[in-house]
Amino acid sequence: MLKVDGLCTEYPNDRGEIVRAAQDVSFTVAEGQLFTLLGPSGCGKTTTLRSIAGLERPRAGEISVNGQLVYSSSTGVFVAPNRRGFGMVFQSYAIWPHMTVFENAAFPLQVGDSGSIQRAGSATRTRLTRGDIRERVMRVLTAVHLDALTDREATRLSGGQQQRLALARALVMEPALLLLDEPLSNLDAKLREQMRFELKRLQRELKITTVYVTHDQSEALALSRQIAVMHEGRILQIGSPRDIYERPANQFVADFVGNTNFIDGYVVSAGPAGAGHYRCLRTEIGEVRVTSEHDLRPDERVAISIRPEDVELSETRPAGDNVWEGRVDQKVFLGEAIDFQVRVGPRTLLSRRHPTLRTKIGDAIFVQLNPDKCVVLRAA
Amino acid sequence: MSTGTTTAVRRPGPLGDERGGSGAAARGPFDWKWVVIGACVAFTVYIAMIPLGFLLWQSFRTPQTAAVEAVFTLANYAAAYGSGDTWRLFWTSIRFAAGAAVFAFVLGTVLAWMNERTNTPFKSVFFALSLIPLVIPSILFTVSWILLASPQIGIVNLVLQGWLGLEEPLVDIYSLPGMIWVDGLHYSPMAFLLMSAAFRAMDPSLEESATMSGANIFQVAWRVTLRLTWPAIVATMLILFVRSIESFEVPALLGLPVGIEVFTSAIYQAVHRYPSQVGLASAYAMSLLAITTVGVYFTSTLSRRGSKYATMTGKGFRPRLIDLGSWRWAAAAFFILYFLLIVVLPFAVLLWSSLQRFYAVPSMEALQNLTLDPYRFILSYPNLGRTVLNSLLLSFGAATVVMLVASVVCWIVVKTNYPGRWLLDNLASLPIVFPGLVLGLSIMIFYLNVDIGIYGTIWIMLIAYITRFMPYGLRYSTTSMLQIHKELEESAAMCGASWSTTFRRVVLPLLKPGLVAGWIYVMIVSIRELSTSILLYSPDTQVVSVVIWELWENGQYVELSALGVLFILSLFMLVMAAQWVGRKYGIRE
Repeated sequence: MLKVDGLCTEYPNDRGEIVRAAQDVSFTVAEGQLFTLLGPSGCGKTTTLRSIAGLERPRAGEISVNGQLVYSSSTGVFVAPNRRGFGMVFQSYAIWPHMTVFENAAFPLQVGDSGSIQRAGSATRTRLTRGDIRERVMRVLTAVHLDALTDREATRLSGGQQQRLALARALVMEPALLLLDEPLSNLDAKLREQMRFELKRLQRELKITTVYVTHDQSEALALSRQIAVMHEGRILQIGSPRDIYERPANQFVADFVGNTNFIDGYVVSAGPAGAGHYRCLRTEIGEVRVTSEHDLRPDERVAISIRPEDVELSETRPAGDNVWEGRVDQKVFLGEAIDFQVRVGPRTLLSRRHPTLRTKIGDAIFVQLNPDKCVVLRAA
Repeated sequence: MSTGTTTAVRRPGPLGDERGGSGAAARGPFDWKWVVIGACVAFTVYIAMIPLGFLLWQSFRTPQTAAVEAVFTLANYAAAYGSGDTWRLFWTSIRFAAGAAVFAFVLGTVLAWMNERTNTPFKSVFFALSLIPLVIPSILFTVSWILLASPQIGIVNLVLQGWLGLEEPLVDIYSLPGMIWVDGLHYSPMAFLLMSAAFRAMDPSLEESATMSGANIFQVAWRVTLRLTWPAIVATMLILFVRSIESFEVPALLGLPVGIEVFTSAIYQAVHRYPSQVGLASAYAMSLLAITTVGVYFTSTLSRRGSKYATMTGKGFRPRLIDLGSWRWAAAAFFILYFLLIVVLPFAVLLWSSLQRFYAVPSMEALQNLTLDPYRFILSYPNLGRTVLNSLLLSFGAATVVMLVASVVCWIVVKTNYPGRWLLDNLASLPIVFPGLVLGLSIMIFYLNVDIGIYGTIWIMLIAYITRFMPYGLRYSTTSMLQIHKELEESAAMCGASWSTTFRRVVLPLLKPGLVAGWIYVMIVSIRELSTSILLYSPDTQVVSVVIWELWENGQYVELSALGVLFILSLFMLVMAAQWVGRKYGIRE
């Protein structure tokens, strides 16, 4: 549905230097899906979104929606943002302070009658009647639970209400594509969680194709069908949330999405890829048996990434491979879990366990790494 | 966006695009973006470049008369700078401007400090009153101080002589100190406002830590407060200096009668000689321009660097006030005295004079002869209706055009990354270096030489006012524009709004507080304007301030006073009305 191909966007910063914000970004989003661009600040995810919106003019590449080009460097097509007919929610919400809730939501229907290429709701140039506008605005305000506040001044809304109004304004023109730029980052933790479900519900109900930008990995994992992890202007990995979390493609992705332990080492025994084929790595904590999806060459330098919840701890020596005796260095009680820092040889490993494990600081403890959960990454 | 590329992608799409059949409907409405931007940029460049170009050109020309063509010459500069008189002129100008600036600054800063930082009683009343002096035009302020302090008829002199039993008058307003006194007093409200803002923006915990270290009030004020507000101090001083060196009314009314000339009065003299020495005036104007340019340049670099000072935290805080103890009553008395000098006495003396048949100093005998004759004279003054209408049309027109053009120009400067936008900003701000008289002179020269039929009409004055006040309009709208988040416009574009719709329905409404404030300011300064108008008016296009000037030249003091009283009262009501409107519609928190 949305197809971004070889997108490059640059802009000069305050000192006039060229910032390569997005480089060779390509992805497709299927109809009705929620696609997330995830990455740290400055990774180019917002620039990519703004290029799709038409608010930045890319230097190269091609963007099309439903097969219609909205930007192409080769044919010189650039559709102005107000002609694209996409809905967008900005990080600051950009609620106009001089208008009421109703006026904010009605604005797209009042101004956007002409020439937008993707707008299903306004197929002809005839303006909507007052009654039509009222009906459609009320429908969308009801969907975001703001129907009781239509005449309130927009500045007198709470943060969560402003966020929902921004969403209503983006949805009222029934856009083909919804663009969300960190829509939850200005809310407090509790509200954020609530709005996360709300967003997911709306997106499912309306089956609206959505591109979502965030730096919050838990948001991305919870909401998306597909995630693209970006770093320094490039997409490092595209995959489902489970793919990204369980099989990160490189150290950056493993580190950025969730917590992880890295153990450096090199390959001792090589072999073909796939489950059931165990290979042996020599690492700082000793020999580790792993499975790998990649073909590994002997003596190749690698890093093992293992999530804290996959680092098993027990007070008695467990059966099986990959077992070391360590010592508890630190404990942090988190309520639903407890984080242990366990010293194994020269390394400290982080392990997240159920709070029933009550080993004291300084006591000995056994660490076991499940070979299937050890992700082997080529060293950076 | 050109419609060409837009139509290129408007193939019927899978979304059920049913418009495919109607080719004409496919084209969106014409967007006025580039027309509006182009017109505003062209206008700004035009009004900014004209004065400078022609002033420069004319300063190298001989006077043009019916018999002799003007030719290239350096004689103007030779005449202007060849003699020792010029250096005396220069030296007098500097002494006058520096003296007035220092006097206004000291007065304004002490008042601002007392108002912002101490527990002086009634200060909220005082802050409200501090705006009143702004409605008294400089020429009326100067005239009223002549009536108060001239050696012959000055009331202050007569009263003091009576009390002290002196033969000689105590003060003489027709002197350099007299000029400094009147000009400094007149500009002190400006110093007060600028320094109040600076004191308000400063984190009081810096002062509090000095107090905790054992410093007393004066040590804190001298060693901490003043040092931290240093950038604001220098900027304020420079602005006051530039304003003083530009001021025309005070030197013309107080200096010329006793032969004290400064640049502005010398320029006026050169133009009003016969034959008119426009080239000489231009040569003088160039050096005046050089001085103001240097001043404005330092002010702007200073305010750019000022952001480095960490005193302005921008955080909301409630300043702790300094307890003056019993001194606070002295401070209140100082406020009252100041208010007497700047508003009450000048207005009272004008009012008194306006009720006399011939000017007489207040006495029981004169009290018997009160009359409304001067008012009757003024109300039946030929073309009074026309004059008032001119003033109103010019000030409303100038304020409206200035704010509309300024809003587009500052949008370009603040919100876009068009190449050359810094140049546009500088061009639009350029007229600020032009003293009113110099601006009037250069516009006069230009439209005398390039006859497009507006010389001697009201249009030439409108252009002059717009040029002169564009920089102020720009400052007001820029401050507001900076506070408008970029995403507020982008979201309108995403909603499908064109540039002109976005500008009209989102940018302008959000800019309204700044626009209204700037509009009020430009309107008031236009209606008081004299120094530019005085070279450009014709009998048909007289404005109120020019009539006051003419009455002064004719020696019709009581009639002038009557007109002055009416003028001040209507200006005052206009300001009140404008502020009420501004509060009602301009600012919505």
